[in-house]
Amino acid sequence: MIDGITHWLIGLGASVRAGVTRLGFATRFMIAVFKASGPTFARPRLLIHELYHAGVLSLIIVLMSGLFIGMVLALQGYETLVRFGATEAMGVLVALSLVRELGPVVAGLLFASRAGSAITAEIGLMKTTEQLAAMEVMAVDPVARVVAPRFWAGVISLPLLAALFSTLGIYGGYLVAVKLIGIDNGAFWGQMQAAVDWRYDVGNGVIKSVVFACAVSLIAVFEGFDATPTAEGVSAATTRTVVTSALVILALDFILTVFMFRGSAVG
Amino acid sequence: MNKRTIDLWVGIFVAIGLSALFFLALKVGNLLNFKEERNGYELMARFENIGNLKPRAPVKSAGVVVGRIEKIRLDPKTYEAEVRIHLENQYQFSRDTIATIYTNGLLGEQFIGLEAGGDSEYLKDEESIKKTQSAIQIEKLISQFMFSQAQKSPDTPDAPTGNAAPAAGVKKK
Repeated sequence: MIDGITHWLIGLGASVRAGVTRLGFATRFMIAVFKASGPTFARPRLLIHELYHAGVLSLIIVLMSGLFIGMVLALQGYETLVRFGATEAMGVLVALSLVRELGPVVAGLLFASRAGSAITAEIGLMKTTEQLAAMEVMAVDPVARVVAPRFWAGVISLPLLAALFSTLGIYGGYLVAVKLIGIDNGAFWGQMQAAVDWRYDVGNGVIKSVVFACAVSLIAVFEGFDATPTAEGVSAATTRTVVTSALVILALDFILTVFMFRGSAVG
Repeated sequence: MNKRTIDLWVGIFVAIGLSALFFLALKVGNLLNFKEERNGYELMARFENIGNLKPRAPVKSAGVVVGRIEKIRLDPKTYEAEVRIHLENQYQFSRDTIATIYTNGLLGEQFIGLEAGGDSEYLKDEESIKKTQSAIQIEKLISQFMFSQAQKSPDTPDAPTGNAAPAAGVKKK
């Protein structure tokens, strides 16, 4: 009995200690990435290559999701708004929910599963096949050569992808609201323009997406770099990237929303 | 894939990403007012109160959209709201047209309704509509209603107290 409890306590302590150590390593890793970022911008070729993989290849999924989410938003919004005879406020509903929340959050989630997991798997496999160790032997810093370009590619791509997501979503909402349901075109855009402030709503949405981009990219490169160098280790690291990114995005979104939009009224 | 193709794709990606940002700021956030092509004429209308009328709201006649509200400003001398209306050329209105602010449903957006009169002369560009009717404000209506109720109440002053007295009596028991 006593033996069992001691055993359990030892296990608990070990796992807490491992978790805190990992957090410390992640912080140290983050500082190392920032320190090693100079060469990334001095050699834009690497960055452009990674931008292609992280950004361009995520375009299709982000654009299509944005379009469909905007269309669904308009359809469901109509159900509620029509009860109050306020269907002209559809533009406001679609634009505000996309620009403030859905654009950054859903684009971030999609980016984590599409590009973040790929980055983790790539770096993890490089570690498994000892490519990173080989670079160190050749006096090439793997953080500067492999990690930093991927990190910055993520930081640059996600805000752009989030903006595209919101734009396509608003267009999808416009298609359903104006073309399908028949809401007045001028009321749709006019009320939207009256209610959406470019600094307050659009600006804060962009800040959100930049924060998510840093978080997701950092998690992706860290999980890859920290992966156990086995096939199972890489697969576990990839899973962790997606799960942690999703949780971190949603938690950060809550915190940012509290700071940005607390007590705000649309009028 | 060779380097030039990758450059091209990354260039396209960054370009459309930035243009999406500009779209959000300009068209959705209304950083600048986009002017649509001009083919039509403009009229002015003065209202005592415009309620929640917003720029770009529709102008309707007999329920048909005939134009849009261009601009709303307060006249600093008369303290009246001055509304600029942009109308399509195909719709001409007589000089004694009445402009009224209506609300679409109870909570819907507001718009201007034009009712053409019998005058044979038409309103021209930059002229103003003489007869206008302000927006109905629900708060005012409610306060008027309350006021008239309060005035009525002396006729039946005992009704509320009459109800209260037995209730108090029941409590005492």
